[in-house]
Amino acid sequence: MSAFDDMYQEIIMDHYRTPRGAARLDDVPQSMVHENPTCGDSIKLSVEVGSDNHIERVRFEGKGCAISTASASLMTESLKGLSVAEARERADTFIKALRGELPADVLDGMGDLAAFKGIASFPVRVKCATLAWHAVLVSLPGA
Amino acid sequence: MDRTAFGKAQMIGTRTVEDVRADFPILDRSIGNKPLAYLDNAATSQKPHAVLDAIKVYYEHGNANVHRALHTLGEEATAAFEESRRKTQRLLNAARPTEIVFTRGTTESINLVASAWGESRLGEGDVVLLTDMEHHSNIVPWQLICARQGCRLSYVPVQDDGTLDLAEVERTWDPRTRIVAVTHVSNVLGTVNDVREIARIAHAHDALVLVDGAQSVPHLKVDVQALDCDFLAFSGHKMYGPMGIGILYGKESILEAMPPWMGGGEMIRAVHADSSTWNDLPWKFEAGTPNVEGAVGLGAAIDYLHGLRLSAVAAREEELARYAMERLRGIDGLTLYGNAPQRGPVFAFTLGGIHAHDVAQFLDREGVAVRAGHHCAQPLARRLGVQATARASLSFYNTFAEIDRLAAGLDGASRFYA
Repeated sequence: MSAFDDMYQEIIMDHYRTPRGAARLDDVPQSMVHENPTCGDSIKLSVEVGSDNHIERVRFEGKGCAISTASASLMTESLKGLSVAEARERADTFIKALRGELPADVLDGMGDLAAFKGIASFPVRVKCATLAWHAVLVSLPGA
Repeated sequence: MDRTAFGKAQMIGTRTVEDVRADFPILDRSIGNKPLAYLDNAATSQKPHAVLDAIKVYYEHGNANVHRALHTLGEEATAAFEESRRKTQRLLNAARPTEIVFTRGTTESINLVASAWGESRLGEGDVVLLTDMEHHSNIVPWQLICARQGCRLSYVPVQDDGTLDLAEVERTWDPRTRIVAVTHVSNVLGTVNDVREIARIAHAHDALVLVDGAQSVPHLKVDVQALDCDFLAFSGHKMYGPMGIGILYGKESILEAMPPWMGGGEMIRAVHADSSTWNDLPWKFEAGTPNVEGAVGLGAAIDYLHGLRLSAVAAREEELARYAMERLRGIDGLTLYGNAPQRGPVFAFTLGGIHAHDVAQFLDREGVAVRAGHHCAQPLARRLGVQATARASLSFYNTFAEIDRLAAGLDGASRFYA
């Protein structure tokens, strides 16, 4: 498989074409927008946490490339049902794995997120793939 | 338009394109299993053997510090360094070599002017006039000095066709304007600005003009005396020279009146415990050991361009640009930004709703190298209402076949991301 095909895997293209959790978030203030300065990509998040401190729903409104859109989409599915602490840990692990601070293989234990393994070798695109995850780290309660 | 309309043999002056391409070793590279089609020349150009060899010969044969050593190597290195200055002077038709200051690049040249000239000439309430199509390197240095001196920035708007309305500039002239800093050729829109007319307007109001020549000097004959600009900045690496060397041209009387910028060796005449006196131009602005390798490489790049003939380079790039314009306009869903009557070989575009990063990544799979992003011109991207664009930028060594591969790659990207 070429590096390109490794990056744009079918699951990533599926989430890019049909993003899960995408929504208009007019009530989220502009000051909560996260941006990737190299390309101007931006994302807003809404994280709903239930009384048991577990995540009930994550939605996003974003402008970005296939990688950043698919990453946000997969994130909304991946975090659902996790406790706030577990979500924080997952985001932290995902970001570190893509930055090469953890072996990329740790993504194998994270379901569909394993599709992002190939991106770790494209430093410019790592910022695209991690934008939503940086955003969620500051959107979770207690941040 | 069919490319055969330009004739079968692609020529640059008296040489075939194939022959000229052989001067650039990197053009032989493959990306995966595809030959490289390098269409990112506005970011940096590739380097011919002549430049690479000049740097090697300098280090293997003549390396020494300049303006200090009395030994043979020192004399030779100094002579080579100063000869590159004179080559640059002749390239720009500057009146004297003392008007040519070596810097690290366009960015450093503009910072030098903004800091040293700005510190002595800008005051509370003064205006620095920029345009909406400036590169960040011609915005941020002015923001920094304006914050220090209490002056403010004003921007000439870009019209829908990518040009500036100079009659409007004259009509709305603010008498507190002290300097106009403007790009000669836009790195996004390709627009060639009439900097000569801008200089006329500015001078009629006792203001100066700084021209960002990063995208013009590699492609056009730039004559600083004909343009009557007060400063001109450009980079060696965008005109086939090495990275880390650039030029600031400044009119002698203006440079003379400016305080030094960085302090150190070379820029002084005498140093005492509490004060120093400054060296003559241009060395007053060249503190520390300079980039001699870079200057030698830049000199070799200038010689190389003269060898091809500047007029032949311009003619070749014009025919490539015409062909690229035709091909790009024929692509479904493509929006091209910048439609000025006078434009350089730079094409920024969006492709349907596909993000520029995805377009560039797909083209890379095909071996076609383009840039994607805001091209260090965020105010312009905002003006155009786009987050990011993809950009193909040409050099004389590109071919019609490479432009065909760009077009085919764009059609492929449209299908892949549909």
